Amino acid sequence: MTESAPQLGGAAVRAEGWSWRHAGRRDWALSGLDLAIEPGERVLLLGPSGAGKSTLLHGLGGVLGGADDGDERGRLLVDGARPARRRDRIGMVLQDPDSQVILSRVGDDVAFGMENLRVPRADIWGRVSRALDLVGLRTPLGHDTSALSGGQKQRLALAGVIAMNPGLILLDEPTANLDPVGVREVRDAIAEVAARTGATLIVIEHRTEVWLPVVDRVIVMDAAGRIIGDGDPDRVIERQRPELLAAGVWVPGAPTPVLERTRSGDPSLLLTARDLSVGRAATRLTSSIDVEIRSGRTTAVVGPNGAGKSTLALTLGGLLAPGSGRLEAASGFAPARRPVEPIAWRSRELLSRIGSVFQDPEHQFLAATVRDELAVGPRALKQDAATIARTTDDLLARLCLEHLADANPYTLSGGEKRRLSVATALAAKPALIILDEPTFGQDRRTWEELVKLIAEIVDAGTAVVAVTHDEPFVSLLADDVLELPAWDSQLAEVAS
Amino acid sequence: MSAARLDVNRANPVTRLLTALLIAVALVFSVDWVSGLTALTLEVLVLATTGIPFRRFLKRSMPIVIAAVFTALTILLYGAPSGRIHAEFLLVVVSDGSIELAIATFLRVLAIALPSIMLFTDVDPTELADGLSQVLRLPARFVLGALAGFRLIGLLHQDWTYLGYARRARGVADHGRLRRWAGQAFALLVFAVRRGAKLATAMEARGFGAHPVRTWARESTVGAPDAALLAIGVIISAAAITVAVATGSWNFIGAR
Repeated sequence: MTESAPQLGGAAVRAEGWSWRHAGRRDWALSGLDLAIEPGERVLLLGPSGAGKSTLLHGLGGVLGGADDGDERGRLLVDGARPARRRDRIGMVLQDPDSQVILSRVGDDVAFGMENLRVPRADIWGRVSRALDLVGLRTPLGHDTSALSGGQKQRLALAGVIAMNPGLILLDEPTANLDPVGVREVRDAIAEVAARTGATLIVIEHRTEVWLPVVDRVIVMDAAGRIIGDGDPDRVIERQRPELLAAGVWVPGAPTPVLERTRSGDPSLLLTARDLSVGRAATRLTSSIDVEIRSGRTTAVVGPNGAGKSTLALTLGGLLAPGSGRLEAASGFAPARRPVEPIAWRSRELLSRIGSVFQDPEHQFLAATVRDELAVGPRALKQDAATIARTTDDLLARLCLEHLADANPYTLSGGEKRRLSVATALAAKPALIILDEPTFGQDRRTWEELVKLIAEIVDAGTAVVAVTHDEPFVSLLADDVLELPAWDSQLAEVAS
Repeated sequence: MSAARLDVNRANPVTRLLTALLIAVALVFSVDWVSGLTALTLEVLVLATTGIPFRRFLKRSMPIVIAAVFTALTILLYGAPSGRIHAEFLLVVVSDGSIELAIATFLRVLAIALPSIMLFTDVDPTELADGLSQVLRLPARFVLGALAGFRLIGLLHQDWTYLGYARRARGVADHGRLRRWAGQAFALLVFAVRRGAKLATAMEARGFGAHPVRTWARESTVGAPDAALLAIGVIISAAAITVAVATGSWNFIGAR
């Protein structure tokens, strides 16, 4: 059989003593991995944050790179050949919706992979339409890809992959950035695709309960990258419950942590929003919002993708001017002899009052090591060295980042970056902390640690505003819930 | 009349690019006013047959007209003096020579810019890429890489905004504006490289470069409208040079 002969159905996957070490790292991300996945199997890959799940998936996708990017031992095989030689059999969908859009028109983006695989023009557009239909993305073919929401971009990426008729579909947290409705839509689209094409499916996801109904095998890795559980989903989840919990895997029905709250008395008013509309362009403002932020309370901001939650977070954080309406600080909270609007404060005045954590943690990194990153805020506040060292050591320990103290922030895993960005805001001890998706990409253990830490600072009198899709987080911590409606309904409201 | 109407939008973007380039090259070699005026007159005549509303045209070309005026003004005041001198103040010398050169430059800037604006403002980057690879046979790796990279500009703009927010939020935005700007620019550079690498991975993951040749979902063709457009470009260029040489005003750049 020649290499380019068309093959149908699922691809077989083998790992034979496979090891990988990223360039510049001392430890192997994965070492001596042995694994066999048969054609058509649908596998959920579980494990704690930093176990090497993404590394394995990228290896199987043939996109880890060559000798410059890291050291490899052993072999990974897809249908008996190295993944890089089986490119036309493999389709990948990654976490970040933005980094997967390639071209500016929906139709062209889906067609891109087929063109590369030399599919004749006569066949391309039919397959484009079928793929878009299958994932439920119903926009015109000429629609601008940059105007799509996060969920739509993920479905576009999936359509681009399935149009290529892959025998192996690799999904790296494909629904991590989506709202609950988007999560179910994308999951169902993937299940539908796997059922119709018979492709082998490997999914990495922290949200175990979302994916269990769709998969027929679960593989569990521990923090060192060893396989500690493998088999039928129900049986693995049932029998190895303690090991899974210890490894930080989200097990359905696991007890939610019990928070021992010692609420401080008398919440005082910090910020008041009256008739506030937020947005960067005057033509795209949210409908008006009224909210009061008080010390020692947690306000959760929820709503679908694209409702303006992140823009509201930036506005409350004193980083973006209100579109219309008023946002005022209480007199005791605003700096002396300064306006009451946070947007008019100096950067250092903001630092000790309102801390912000953005959706993409990388935007916030300023230093070359994790330890220095945590010290940026305290140094700007001119704290002495001993205090700074105490603060950073404490945060490193609390958020399980001690072993990474000297690493470059950009080289951390997604979940670690998120914890670091939350820690940088905590380091300056502001009276109000605004968090955009604080629990994104966390395994169960680090999630619990974050939740406890937030409960603790709230009890100590800090106000927290959290933009989130995380339902357990909301039900555990939120004192107030602010729900922003979807854009379409906001527009209708303005029109009526 | 409508049969003779030239519809630029039916021509291949590549032809539009080449026609604009042809006129620019023909006009760039001389600095006289005759060739500029000839080309400009013909261009306006052609434009009148395209049926583009005059207002829209005026709005689009306004920045170029303003730029042309300023260029001409600079040359009027500081151009190499020759002939009778009309006014003098410090470095400013207005002479016959600088007046002529200023007029010539004004006409030339317009004559080169006008076809570029009319031919190019509506070009879709995707269709230009189709044409560059299929008609001109430029390597797909280069053309598609550039096209996909083009999309990153919007993302980088967003990154810049967020990097600015982050500096304010983290308490380091009060002092050292220049140093902060340099730091932020460096961070943006890091983002550009990382986004570029991610894009390359995404393209590779979809089989880009897996085979030496690829197919194209959309055919990019050239036909009668392209021939007509190119012919007009040739006529304008040839007429401009011929008239200038015939009237003795052709003045090859640098040969004075």
